[in-house]
Amino acid sequence: MSKQHIRATVNGDAVDFLCEPTTSLLNALRDELRLTGSKEGCGSGDCGACSVMLDDKLVCSCLVLAPEIDGRRVETIEGLAQDGQLHPLQRKFLEHGALQCGFCTPGVLVAAKALLERNVDPTEEETRYWLAGNLCRCTGYDKIIRAVLDTAAELRQERLPA
Amino acid sequence: MKPFTYERAKTPAEAAAAVARQPGAKFLAGGTNLLDLMKLEIETPRHLVDVQDLKLDRIEPTTDGGLRIGALVTNTALAADTRVRRDYGVLTRAIVAGASGQLRNKATTAGNLLQRTRCPYFYDPNMPCNKRKPGSGCAAIGGYSRQLAVIGSSDQCIATYPGDMAVAMRVLDATVETVKADGTTRAIPIADFHRLPGDKPHLDNNLEAGELITAVTVPRPLGGTHHYEKVRDRASYAFALVSVAAVIQKDGSGRAAFGGVAHKPWRVEAADALMTQGAAAVTARAFANARPTEDNAFKIPLATRALAATIAEGKSA
Repeated sequence: MSKQHIRATVNGDAVDFLCEPTTSLLNALRDELRLTGSKEGCGSGDCGACSVMLDDKLVCSCLVLAPEIDGRRVETIEGLAQDGQLHPLQRKFLEHGALQCGFCTPGVLVAAKALLERNVDPTEEETRYWLAGNLCRCTGYDKIIRAVLDTAAELRQERLPA
Repeated sequence: MKPFTYERAKTPAEAAAAVARQPGAKFLAGGTNLLDLMKLEIETPRHLVDVQDLKLDRIEPTTDGGLRIGALVTNTALAADTRVRRDYGVLTRAIVAGASGQLRNKATTAGNLLQRTRCPYFYDPNMPCNKRKPGSGCAAIGGYSRQLAVIGSSDQCIATYPGDMAVAMRVLDATVETVKADGTTRAIPIADFHRLPGDKPHLDNNLEAGELITAVTVPRPLGGTHHYEKVRDRASYAFALVSVAAVIQKDGSGRAAFGGVAHKPWRVEAADALMTQGAAAVTARAFANARPTEDNAFKIPLATRALAATIAEGKSA
């Protein structure tokens, strides 16, 4: 089988690699680009541990073929922190202890960022519904939800006119 | 995953021709079901024709007051569309009752119609399954059939169509528009789109080889109140045991389609005519020829109660 030549933008950087058509976006990120933050939980789109943004849409990268991203834009967990500064969500997750084993955390953070970019004042119900595609075996979700709502409150505060 | 070659199509006719030309070729749209099945090697296409660049992602009004929904409109976009929410609420309710945000962002309108059964025996390659491997037998018959079909099944297959959106499309009398490999187009009423299993359970629908869905149209709004009641073993991450898509009018008349009960969204128009007499009258007619198993006979009274709930909801709206 001939390899596919993929050119895409990942976290703002132009990337260029060869892969088999059978390669998932998740495996391309992890194995070709060494971006190992996105995790494989179920591999069938149920758990959300592999969540990334593809052209501004939150998707499971395990159910995207790498050839599909040719010419497209991908953002991963590695793009959250900027210039060595944690994203407010990452900071709040640490403050609230909103993780235990951490395996689901990259996917949860990418999904939560997508929510807050759309709606900086989500209700608890909206937040829980939005994150329903991200499974966590450890936390019981409560701390995750509190950390996201607290981040939202902080972001709203920052946006108030001085 | 078995190896395959990959191409991106530029026009719908080109995509249809490409799939018809190459044995074992399939269309790739959202991929949320196809790629999952390919990982399990239940689907083993030798060539994929990616149709995601075809620009079939618009929702437009039709001349008769309905909507034309492009094949590639995502489930998220369809459920959120203001016209759909206002005039076709049953569609929004059905879509948001299924999957997760991640999946609805990728899954398409056409792909949703084409999703395959979740019969556990179809998913288990160690088991005989006439749908997966024609002629191999059916382990579901006489097996664990709690989730499976109660009506329209055959002695070769008792699988159900698993989706929610198509049940709403059925109650709305949607039409599936396609282009064939020779470039001709046709419009298939949703009632005739999915098949009953009969002696060809490997065929889920009446599309020809290489025939590509380009749009789904819904006729002008029906008015009334719109309902989607989905009953399942847990509130999330489960397919319907029974679902009801219903549009109920002020005078108590209406129409209903049922999911989770047959190989296709199940609607009997003669049963709709009995809506003013109550749920039991409707389901007695709609399920008159049911052939449930011992494990799933509960689905018929469950369908009655689910419909009764939607009728009550309609009255209080």
